[in-house]
Amino acid sequence: MYSLEHKKYLNRLRKNKILVITSQILLLISLIFLWELAAHFEWINTFVYSSPSNILKTIINLHNTNNLYQHIFTTVYETFISFSLATIIGIVIATILWWNNTLYKILDPFLTVLNSLPKVALGPIIIIWMGANIKSIIFMAILVSIIITIINVYQGFINTDNNKIKLLKSFGATKFQVLIKVIFPSNYSNIISMLKINVSMSLIGVIMGELLVSKQGIGYLIMYGSQIFNLSLVMSGIILLGLIATIMYYVVYYVEKLVIKN
Amino acid sequence: MSLLEVKNLKKIYHDKSGEVLALDNVNFELEKEEFIAIVGPSGCGKSTILSILSNLENKSDGDIKFNVKNPKIGYMLQNDALFDNRTILQNSLLGLEVTNTLTNESKEKVISLLKTYGLEDFINKYPKSLSGGMRQRVALIRTLALDPDILLLDEPFSALDYQTRLAVSDDVYKIIKNEKKSAIIVTHDLSEAISIADKVLVLSKRPAKVKNIYQIDLIGKTTPIENRKLDGFGKYYDLIWKDLDIHV
Repeated sequence: MYSLEHKKYLNRLRKNKILVITSQILLLISLIFLWELAAHFEWINTFVYSSPSNILKTIINLHNTNNLYQHIFTTVYETFISFSLATIIGIVIATILWWNNTLYKILDPFLTVLNSLPKVALGPIIIIWMGANIKSIIFMAILVSIIITIINVYQGFINTDNNKIKLLKSFGATKFQVLIKVIFPSNYSNIISMLKINVSMSLIGVIMGELLVSKQGIGYLIMYGSQIFNLSLVMSGIILLGLIATIMYYVVYYVEKLVIKN
Repeated sequence: MSLLEVKNLKKIYHDKSGEVLALDNVNFELEKEEFIAIVGPSGCGKSTILSILSNLENKSDGDIKFNVKNPKIGYMLQNDALFDNRTILQNSLLGLEVTNTLTNESKEKVISLLKTYGLEDFINKYPKSLSGGMRQRVALIRTLALDPDILLLDEPFSALDYQTRLAVSDDVYKIIKNEKKSAIIVTHDLSEAISIADKVLVLSKRPAKVKNIYQIDLIGKTTPIENRKLDGFGKYYDLIWKDLDIHV
């Protein structure tokens, strides 16, 4: 049984939570309502600013013509492939760099330059090299997320508790045993939280690629919409993108919770 | 014949700015079932001796002679270094796994050690459910699992608060004596050294030399906590304190 004071404290917490969530919903509804109102009374030019009802109509239209899911699938598929490849290759490269410190020292400046370089600048070259197809999009998305993966995972590896490494060495452990028994297990949570960054980075890369070269996907919708001045299509694309990004983030978030719990 | 003889042990560290002599002709012997404590000013090289004995670092010169075939060294660190993702049993078996000596028999031995030393209810629990003292006990059992000839304890209680420290040192001492092990402990706590050890080795400041070796002959010696109450305890404390020559 809780004391009266504790019940009051819990009540205050609950009330505050309800206030925050209600305000968030009200804020969103008000913005959408205001936007719709401004469009309805022609305070804004709907040709340029579109309106919530037009966006909804566009999405329903995409749904009716069966194009909606194809575009969503394409973007999600490309993101999934590039996210998985960037994560796996990134972790493998980070492991090689941890294994061989001299190699890390040699590659360090190159990694720093590649990390600072805005990857979109490489877009035209990638298209010429790999062709105007899905390969270019995936390659660009990998490029966007792999360098940061390598750097983050490597940092996690070298910051692993030195005591544990020393302990294993005192047992006469080989470097491979240190890797398997200390480095990897100590970095699970670090790697999982990096996945959250990676999924967003891969999506950025995919949309960047789709804007430059594609015939399908949310990035294509946005680009195509802007070319034919259909701002409702552009806005629909952005809203769909927001939803996809949020869902992907939460999928990784729940995977993280599941893995860390176990 | 002593179990371990260290003769003229020398260690030089190299870095860009030059070389530093850390150990300068260190000599001592460890008898079977003996407990030695090494004390000395901070940073004088106490832990370096243990690192060299356990092959974590190379010596620069001198002789280290183990009078047993294929000597096995157990090393216990300042930090218990327990793995949060492993159960107490899995943590205790780590050394056996690494050395590829994990058999049903060795596993049973570890389980029986855990049971003997009050960890029966925690065998399948994770380290987060243990107190600081119990964690150190697991760390010790993990080291004992390999059946070492010599145990090296590198300030194993320094991360604990004072009261826990007293109780844990008592605990560890009893386990080591019970298992009939020879041990070398490095500590910066004089009282701990005198209460736990048969012999105290006093090192000088860097470069470390052996300044004095005291055989602790307290009459009526039992366990570390009780030893602190004995008559001669203060006398040894004064002698070693003077040897350390500490100024602030």
